[in-house]
Amino acid sequence: MANPSLARMRADLRGQHPQIAFDHVTLSLGGKTIVENISLDVAPGEFLCIIGASGCGKTTALRLAAGLYQPSSGAVTFDGAPMLTPRRDVAIVFQDYGKALLPWRTASGNISLALETIGVPSSQRAGRIEQLLAKVGLPGHAQKYPAEMSGGMQQRLQIARCLAQEPKALLMDEPFGALDAMTRQGLQDEVLSLVASSKATVVFVTHDLEEAIYLGDRVIGLLPHPGRIGIELPIDLPRPRDQLTTREHPEFLRLRRQLFDFIKASEA
Amino acid sequence: MMPERLKAFMLPVAVLVAFEIWVRAAGPHSDSLAPPSAIAVALVEAFRDGSILIATRDTLISAFAGLLLGGSLGLLLGIALGLIRAFDRLMEVTIEAIRPIPSVALLPIALIALGFGYRMEIVIVAFACLWPVLILSRAAIGGIEPRLIEVSRALRLSPVDRVRKIVIPAALPRIFLAFRLAAGIALIVAVTVEIAINPIGLGAGIMTAQQALRPDLMLGYLVWIGLIGYTLNAGLVVAQQHLFGRAALVAEAR
Repeated sequence: MANPSLARMRADLRGQHPQIAFDHVTLSLGGKTIVENISLDVAPGEFLCIIGASGCGKTTALRLAAGLYQPSSGAVTFDGAPMLTPRRDVAIVFQDYGKALLPWRTASGNISLALETIGVPSSQRAGRIEQLLAKVGLPGHAQKYPAEMSGGMQQRLQIARCLAQEPKALLMDEPFGALDAMTRQGLQDEVLSLVASSKATVVFVTHDLEEAIYLGDRVIGLLPHPGRIGIELPIDLPRPRDQLTTREHPEFLRLRRQLFDFIKASEA
Repeated sequence: MMPERLKAFMLPVAVLVAFEIWVRAAGPHSDSLAPPSAIAVALVEAFRDGSILIATRDTLISAFAGLLLGGSLGLLLGIALGLIRAFDRLMEVTIEAIRPIPSVALLPIALIALGFGYRMEIVIVAFACLWPVLILSRAAIGGIEPRLIEVSRALRLSPVDRVRKIVIPAALPRIFLAFRLAAGIALIVAVTVEIAINPIGLGAGIMTAQQALRPDLMLGYLVWIGLIGYTLNAGLVVAQQHLFGRAALVAEAR
């Protein structure tokens, strides 16, 4: 069962304060409790995955971490400061990339939005945009509009826009949920290498158990109605991870079994 | 021109020819009908003596001034109502009470207050244009993808930047559509006011021709008004494609 003090201890052992901390967070909307009494610490540089059956409040938990929602009771802090509004150094990757991009701006214009906002002078923007597009595998697509790009390319573009914020933390809400399996695996590896180079903390919400194990340092499973922490598993699989060998690792299979049983029990 | 596009002209041309034959066969003296050839002659003559040009100028000045006045007022109100929910609720009953009044029903009051001429016509046109622009721009603001608003929150855009970089560009294609619609209404209402009461413009031209028992000239005016309406809309469609380009296609596909 979840033991937040254990997570805190682990973070302390590494000599770090948690970057994102949930302290007994409850959120009720319209008399309905969506998430209840969630306590959770995410260490700087950690890759935390949140899984759970649909309607378990995992997206809500992510929005609380982003400062898009405020808890009804308890507190969410970032680097020790209460998260009362969204922060520019915390970037959010939305699942519905098609709606999160500005359709009237080109790929380069969409990235520019983030650069303009954080105050990068216009003389430096073009170079930064070029770098970012290359980083997410979209070189040469600067002048395309989102509608002229495939789903995978649009999601890459949204990730590039988030990286433009130079975030300390990246909050990702089922970012690959709508993509086909091949595209998804390619993007999983790209996110891992992007995160490894930027050292950003990641909270990654997904309903795909294997994706959670493959990507994460730790997986948290939520129980539904109301959403609360039901399981917490450290993932001690070697890095860098590999789509074939990691997924065939006995530990991977054991974790997969454990999470599968958890989801089954939570839906029962 | 492509043969496919030529096909679209076959029916109108056939109707014109049939009409010409029928009117000539039925006899030349009618108070309401004239053969297309006579209409064309009357129209050319009206251009030569300049009467139709003056009438066109008067109607277009009234229609555009009214569109500009009513449209910009409607746009400002629509944006404010779309952005500020409290304002929207405050104005809801008032707007729904005034909006259904037919603009032409205001003619007697406008006539007493402003007399004949441009001013009265512009006010009536403005009243008619205000509502569609207000309602559609309010809906355009309300219809902005909520995720885009969240993106602006996540990036912590200032209120000014939020309106300038997200709200206006997101709503612009629909706002332009509202103005296209209002431009058509402006022309209709301007001509209606002229037919009903105001002795200027194309509407008055039609009435004068009718009372002078000149069906050829009357129908000539009608053809000319149709051409103006068609050109106006076609011009706005071209402008729309030019202004919004590929992004406009996306916005309409949504």
